[in-house]
Amino acid sequence: MSDITLKVNGRTHTLDIDPSTPLLYILRNDLGLLGPRFGCGLGQCGACTVIIKGAAVRSCITPTSTVQGAEITTLEGLAQDGTLHPIQQAWIDEQALQCGFCQNGQIMNAKALLDRNPDPTDAEIREGMVGNLCRCMTYYRIQAAIKRAANVISAARSASGKEVVG
Amino acid sequence: MTVFTKIPKQVEEVMEKWNGSTSRRNFLKGSGLLVVSFGAAMASVNPLSSWAQSETAAAAQAAGPYPDPDFRQIDSWIVIHEDSTATFYVGKTDGGQGTGTAFRQMMADELDIAFNKTDLIMGRTDITVDQGGSGASDGIARDGQAMRRVAAEARRVLLEMASTRFGVPVDQLAVSEGVITVKADPSKKVAYGELIGGSRFNVTLTGNNINATTGVAKVKAVGDLKIVGQPIQRYDIPPKVDGSLQWAVDAKVPGMVHARNVRPPVAGAKLISIDESSVRGIPGFIQVVSKGNYVAVVCEREEQAIKAARQLKVNWQKPATESFPTSEDLYKYMRNATPTSLTRDRPGVRLPSVVGNPDAALASAAKVIEAEYDFPFQGHTAIGPAHAMADPSNGQMTIWSNDMKAYGLRTGVADFLGMPRDRVRVIWLDGPQLWGRTAADDAGFEAAFLAKEVGRPVRMQWMRHEETAWDTKGPAFTFKLRGGLDAQGNLIALEYNARTVDYNHLGYNDPDTVLIAQLMGRRPSAPASGGASSPSEMYDIPNRRKTTHVVRLPLVWETPLRTGNLRDPNGPQITFAGESFIDELAAAAKADPVEFRLRLLTASTDDDNQFKRARAIAAVKAAAAAYGWDTRPSPKPLGAGTILTGRGISYCDRNSTVVVEIAEVEVNRETGHVWVKRLVCAHDCGLVINPDGLRGTIEGNMLHGMSRALHEEVQFDTEKVTSVDWISHPTLTHADAPARIDIVLVNGDPNPNRPDLPAYGAGEAAIKPMVAAVANAIYDATGVRIRRVPFRDKRVLAALQAARV
Repeated sequence: MSDITLKVNGRTHTLDIDPSTPLLYILRNDLGLLGPRFGCGLGQCGACTVIIKGAAVRSCITPTSTVQGAEITTLEGLAQDGTLHPIQQAWIDEQALQCGFCQNGQIMNAKALLDRNPDPTDAEIREGMVGNLCRCMTYYRIQAAIKRAANVISAARSASGKEVVG
Repeated sequence: MTVFTKIPKQVEEVMEKWNGSTSRRNFLKGSGLLVVSFGAAMASVNPLSSWAQSETAAAAQAAGPYPDPDFRQIDSWIVIHEDSTATFYVGKTDGGQGTGTAFRQMMADELDIAFNKTDLIMGRTDITVDQGGSGASDGIARDGQAMRRVAAEARRVLLEMASTRFGVPVDQLAVSEGVITVKADPSKKVAYGELIGGSRFNVTLTGNNINATTGVAKVKAVGDLKIVGQPIQRYDIPPKVDGSLQWAVDAKVPGMVHARNVRPPVAGAKLISIDESSVRGIPGFIQVVSKGNYVAVVCEREEQAIKAARQLKVNWQKPATESFPTSEDLYKYMRNATPTSLTRDRPGVRLPSVVGNPDAALASAAKVIEAEYDFPFQGHTAIGPAHAMADPSNGQMTIWSNDMKAYGLRTGVADFLGMPRDRVRVIWLDGPQLWGRTAADDAGFEAAFLAKEVGRPVRMQWMRHEETAWDTKGPAFTFKLRGGLDAQGNLIALEYNARTVDYNHLGYNDPDTVLIAQLMGRRPSAPASGGASSPSEMYDIPNRRKTTHVVRLPLVWETPLRTGNLRDPNGPQITFAGESFIDELAAAAKADPVEFRLRLLTASTDDDNQFKRARAIAAVKAAAAAYGWDTRPSPKPLGAGTILTGRGISYCDRNSTVVVEIAEVEVNRETGHVWVKRLVCAHDCGLVINPDGLRGTIEGNMLHGMSRALHEEVQFDTEKVTSVDWISHPTLTHADAPARIDIVLVNGDPNPNRPDLPAYGAGEAAIKPMVAAVANAIYDATGVRIRRVPFRDKRVLAALQAARV
């Protein structure tokens, strides 16, 4: 056990933990952040996805010691000042999910995807999302939601003439 | 802000009687059931999240016991609060198809109250009536109708109250959105909350069982429904996308510890010894618990339990004989096995069932076609492995679970642990998709058993390899079909033979057959016989024979190949065979597949009281029209390029729901890869509660069917399942999503004398025809018939190469 400092959703936490513990369990069980979920523990399904330094990362296979000090964003950190992120809103508008268990990962990976490619083609969405599995098979609506969110973000950017906070 | 209790009035009353020494307020406080109302802000605030967040922390302290709410009291189903909002209590669970939203729509409509002035509590055995939870896609068709009748009765009682208050007959009153007005003098009005807010209805309902629950009032005619039929957004989606909803996997109470299972390394292995010293040094280690062949570790923290489960040294003895054939040898084994029994096609129909004289008809046929089909074991492989948390405080057992059949879990666990039923309660919370998996909620039993053993609240969660290898399986099938065509290409005889390895099919939360019970050596008096069914359609074929058999594998108990209900338990398998073969017959007759099916449907004018024939004809035509079907036989002339395209149709009914699906595929002749580019579905499930929720459910069903058609197969050697993760057990991905889906809701009723259009259920129907639709489309594109599921690239490529395509 040793002290580890984590920056999650803009807050800094110092925790006395086994530093080799996968980040997922620290987020869920120590910080009470329940968006990321255990799906496989193997980095295969994406249910545990968080964003670290702008990249979608599988927290179930990420030793906590390796992300000390890095800015970590979980699903709970996407909304700003009580307003849902356009991706979250698009998920509601498209009624994208069925059970919703995997959707943390779908949303977080879509966020990282749109951050690096704000106007993806259909093929780029498929390719960019292929590692996020959904056993309700809601892929069709998720892809529609990503396109909707891309349009909303793009329209907001045009209207404000600057980058949208996200 | 008003304060009200999230407990139905009837239960509140019973609790007072049960526990006279405990004041109601203390009970409620202790049980975490006092919460703050969302009042005027209700529409924008999710009622579940704030309630659920406060819920688990305190509920463990509830004193119990937990008697059954009385379904014959309105007060068990509906509470109207002082602010004229209402809470509905129903004994159902929502697997992600939005049935919770649909139930609120149905009840709000009958009660005449705005949808956003209501909320819904589901699946809590201590405070919601026992409707059995979910299963069989009958939530809307059956349980929802009881809800409608109760809400209609509540509305009737409120109108009587207003009638007394204003001194005018009920027929001179109008109701809108929870306000009753005197028609002749609209200044005279009263809101529901003023009439009854915070008080009891004290009205007894009738009905021999909960499904028959009714009052005096009649439900509205379909034409008068206002909220039913609207595409209202699901209330559970906002808290699922912002991370605020508490799921079963999130349940946590003070003092809770974590458990993981240690499974036998091969099926049927016997536990010889455990070396506990191998894990004693792990920080947080609490205990190894074992009984029979069941082994689990318990630690303070989750990652410690995972480590301990991996590290624990256990000496197992392998069985002396092979537990099953390999998955490659399975179909040969099944065809050669001695059946355990003939089975029933449906209640009262003993198989083989014979119509006409199939032998004579086949002998006289101008052309006889024969084909064999194989369908593998397929798993549920939930995206989130099995999980539950159980708290043994105060001599009670409270289980937080995503069990679709929460009531059965309660009864099963009480039996399993030898506890009185009223000392056990199950609190249902959302979880990963169900499809029948949690009808035998292994993790719920394990958590409760371990909690009792350890004396602390225990959270159990399975690992991925365990879930994929050991979850319940949809049974494998082999089929042999023969059909005879006359000189004009009419189908005059059809023989259907099916075999399935469904022996010892798992019961619902059966304390003798859940996995922990099997591993501990508990056994029922006899294994369940299992069963196979035959394709469900309205084809008029004069001579038929249907035969189904169940066969068994060598290992019957403690096996990872234990069968249970998997979404429409036999449907995708039997319809794959049935509708593939109809397509083969159409091709042999050089007939268009749509035209061939319509000929079989219109050959008779007999119908049943659900008008399935008329609705099937309408659905086939609607699907063909929506697709833009060009009439021609399959296959189409072989294309020249790398990508071959084709379309296939498949039709069936499930109970009284009719589904027709058309798949358009692209087949890559160089790789064998199949992409289902477009899907069309014509769907008739009777009364539609929420059309967008229905469309989402149909889409999910179709893509689940695609996954089962293209990817899914449980593989095994002779001693263990070798499908253990998402590499060894692939599933549909984003790359497979169709580019376009068109859904036609055909729903209509040919009988104008039925104003209350029945609802027939939609949770599983649309998965049923999909595998055959894909197979038929591959044939249309390539001229090659794939008769074994799944249609992975390698298998399709081999078939194309064998046919020199």
